[in-house]
Amino acid sequence: MADTVDLKRMLDESHVSDVLDELDRELVGLKPVKTRIREIASLLVVEKAREALGVTSAPPSLHMCFTGNPGTGKTTVAMRMAEILHRLGHVRKGHLVAVTRDDLVGQYIGHTAPKTKEVLKKAMGGVLFIDEAYYLYRPENERDYGQEAIEILMQVMENQREDLVVIFAGYKSRMDRFFESNPGLSSRVAHHIDFPDYSDGELLQIADRMVDGLGLQLAEGARKALAEYLSIRRKQPNFANARSLRNALDRARLRQARRLIEAGEVDAASLTTIEEADIRASRVFDAAPAAKDKEKAAC
Amino acid sequence: MRITQGTFSFLPDLTDEQIAKQVEYALDQGWAVSIEHTDDPHPRNTYWEMWGMPMFDLKDAAGLMTELKECRKVFPDRYIKVNAFDSTLGFETMRLSFIVDRPAREPEFNLRRTDTSGRNIRYELETVRS
Ligand SMILES: Nc1ncnc2c1ncn2[C@@H]1O[C@H](COP(=O)(O)OP(=O)(O)O)[C@@H](O)[C@H]1O
Ligand SMILES: [Mg+2]
Repeated sequence: MADTVDLKRMLDESHVSDVLDELDRELVGLKPVKTRIREIASLLVVEKAREALGVTSAPPSLHMCFTGNPGTGKTTVAMRMAEILHRLGHVRKGHLVAVTRDDLVGQYIGHTAPKTKEVLKKAMGGVLFIDEAYYLYRPENERDYGQEAIEILMQVMENQREDLVVIFAGYKSRMDRFFESNPGLSSRVAHHIDFPDYSDGELLQIADRMVDGLGLQLAEGARKALAEYLSIRRKQPNFANARSLRNALDRARLRQARRLIEAGEVDAASLTTIEEADIRASRVFDAAPAAKDKEKAAC
Repeated sequence: MRITQGTFSFLPDLTDEQIAKQVEYALDQGWAVSIEHTDDPHPRNTYWEMWGMPMFDLKDAAGLMTELKECRKVFPDRYIKVNAFDSTLGFETMRLSFIVDRPAREPEFNLRRTDTSGRNIRYELETVRS
């Protein structure tokens, strides 16, 4: 057995750097998240090096918790995480199974255990992603079957670490409360990663990538209008970061399509361009002055 | 008497690692795996009891191995087999089926010969548990 290991080479051989670089390139912002993921990747490489030197240690606990508001990239990053864990040899297959309470918890006695186990079995070899995990715990109903699902989860998280990694996700405050009420679960989750909201600038960058991915482009005025749209939309209820943005772009595409059909004859440039008017027609812009009018009326 | 039914049954018993590899192969083919058990290995007993539902959409053998461990715990002295079902059009049948566990002490079979009408002879094979 060798008495030194080349960490750099191990890292290169796992091709995990490719995924990490891809993560940096393809996802806008998320600085703290990217840093944490690099740390976890380093930890795993060092762990592997120890193993190579014959230092035996229990497999590291890799269960994680992703907290943040909707549309901050938790699901997207979880998919990358599965890939990273796969390249580093910590999961055998690298797929992601995304579930919510309804996939785990049954409707009647004896229904929950088989349901939870079935999901766990499907996730084995990969990552189980439990979105809005706090819905599993309903203290107001002491007969709630969620507790049964939590117990089965805990057992597998503890005893079958080499078979799957569990990632919990949801709003930060609710996740914190969930873990406070379930200390057994909390102690099995080693890594907590918080996803910050995107700034307007970051959302615009994400917009550029989404539009590009669709083979479209934003006209000069459209991009400005979108920036305005985002600053207004952010203050309204149910703002969901990049997801709200994606929805806004989807609706803009609908309007663009209608505009083009009405125009009758079009060229390639207009087929692929979202104009300012396509964005400005959004109701979000109506709401803003309307609110001011109401204020005026109230004065 | 050592029962020989299904694939691999003339080989020594498979280790868990070997079982997992066979299951991995089945999953790679896109087959759905399942577990069945019985206390009556009579060759004409084609209906073994199911251990839960067939496992669809498994990506890794660990799912089946988890169930197999459970099944062994509950039925330490039964025959257990793993089946792999191919649902593709034209097959729609079991493609692989092999015994993964057997009781420490296996039953014997008794061949009984009886005279029936018209000087016919009837043979019956009967499971005998000692
Ligand atoms: N940093 C980012 N860069 C590019 N696109 C992103 C980024 N974050 C999120 N998205 C996009 O926004 C959408 C919502 O992200 P998602 O991962 O589902 O958020 P969450 O799971 O936190 O609700 C997805 O379509 C995703 O591709
Ligand atoms: Mg999500």
